[in-house]
Amino acid sequence: MAEPLTIRALRPPRAYVRLAWTWCRALAQYPTSLVLLTVFVSLGALTEMSGVLIVFGHAGELAGFGVHEGLLVYGLSATAFGCADMLMGSVERLGRHIRSGAFDTMLIRPVPTLVLLATDQFTPRRLGKVVPAAGALAVALVACDVDWTPARVLALPALLVSATALCCAVWVAGACVQFVLPEAHVAANSLTYGGQALTEYPLAVYGREVVRSVTFVVPLAFVSWQPALFLLGRPDPTGLPDALRFAPPVAAVLMCSVAALCWRAGLRRYRSTGS
Amino acid sequence: MRVHRAVFARGLRRYSTYRAATVAHVLTNAVFGVINATVLLALFAARPEINGYDARDAVTQVFVAQALLGVSAVMGPPLDLEDRVRNGAVAIDLLRPVSLQTWWLADDLGRAAFQLVFRSVPTFGVGVLLFDLRYPDGLLGWAAVLVSFVLVAVVAFALRYLYALAGFWLTDTRGVWAAAGLLGPVAAGTLLPLALFPTTVGDVLRLLPWASMIQIPAEILLGKDTLPGGSVVGGLALQVFWAVVLLALGALATSRATRRVVVQGG
Repeated sequence: MAEPLTIRALRPPRAYVRLAWTWCRALAQYPTSLVLLTVFVSLGALTEMSGVLIVFGHAGELAGFGVHEGLLVYGLSATAFGCADMLMGSVERLGRHIRSGAFDTMLIRPVPTLVLLATDQFTPRRLGKVVPAAGALAVALVACDVDWTPARVLALPALLVSATALCCAVWVAGACVQFVLPEAHVAANSLTYGGQALTEYPLAVYGREVVRSVTFVVPLAFVSWQPALFLLGRPDPTGLPDALRFAPPVAAVLMCSVAALCWRAGLRRYRSTGS
Repeated sequence: MRVHRAVFARGLRRYSTYRAATVAHVLTNAVFGVINATVLLALFAARPEINGYDARDAVTQVFVAQALLGVSAVMGPPLDLEDRVRNGAVAIDLLRPVSLQTWWLADDLGRAAFQLVFRSVPTFGVGVLLFDLRYPDGLLGWAAVLVSFVLVAVVAFALRYLYALAGFWLTDTRGVWAAAGLLGPVAAGTLLPLALFPTTVGDVLRLLPWASMIQIPAEILLGKDTLPGGSVVGGLALQVFWAVVLLALGALATSRATRRVVVQGG
């Protein structure tokens, strides 16, 4: 008897929530630790933000973006990467699970392996990254001169969801490298944390070639750059067509498909270490 | 001394086993170097000079910082000693007929030597290829940089040894690293060169031990007069000062800690 598709499709998210909640309850046994570490994480996010503010403070304007517009770009990028780190960040430990043999036990459990991997040691501590970033985004949205048409109001959540999905996909695709090279997990950092560092500033700063490659090769431009151009209603200073700013959901779907293909291919070629 | 040489050699060999990991680290450091350098170039295009730094100085410092991340370990890894304090294996270390501190110093210098040759050099090389960097003056200048980088490794060990010994009192040192991982990279000058900070903040951070791992060596390479005493010698003296003070604190903490140790049989 085949189950209706809707129930089957809902199963992984429900498993995700249940497993993540288990980890939260486990961590809640040590409330002081949890609170202190969360505070440290958010202080770290605030220092990163002050770095951006110092740069804009000295420069006044970068690529035509003032400090408020710069904060908007930072807020969009840090919120999306922060959410993705919380939801999918644990996948970067894939190599360690492969080496210890823990990955084999994940494979035989009746829950999708990716869900098990992503919820392993899930920690609400990473909210410490999301909250300051979202705060910065809110401040920037008020301070910037955004023309709040109904389309922009409706688009904001869609942009954030697409950006987060895109970042999650980057994390998963990066982790898949470890199916081939288990010790090279740091290489994925240049894509994940490097991607965040790159998209924290208006992309035009990096020049046309970089903007084109992060638009058409690894679509990181749709995390913060194109959404910021859309919200501010500005033409692209690097001369790419304005229509691209409506593409973040398309880019997210494409990137998620690529990540899914990588994951499938990786799983298929996986041979247990036998330990 | 022969024991220490052997431990040093083993530390070096151990790291040389992980070739793919080394390549991955160089790649990541280079990517971050290019991103940070490009942002700073855009900044200095708008403001040609900030607190005595120009674009070339800033870009050079970015690559010095990325090149020294492995040697200085400001963002980790912790010493293996840390885990051994927690799981009790430190009892074996204490049985050895050499001091705990010098044993681990030799081991960590082996790690640092490998990182200096196979991580710092290629990472800086990427900067040399892609950007217009500033180099030290003549042979003497390069010699000062090399001495400074060796001192980075000593300070890096001395500081992480203290973090590890905190485990004797705290058992779990994750909190120590949470605080150190937050303050360290900023105070060292990896987030941004300290010259871009408000002057008083920058001046205070320069005197802390973390600066002696990135900012001071970078200024020694650039030959800046913001160094203590206004010269390269002053910068090296500050690094030596921190190396000596932190190693002395480590020795003191070792004698305190070993008096606390209770080893369960079994």
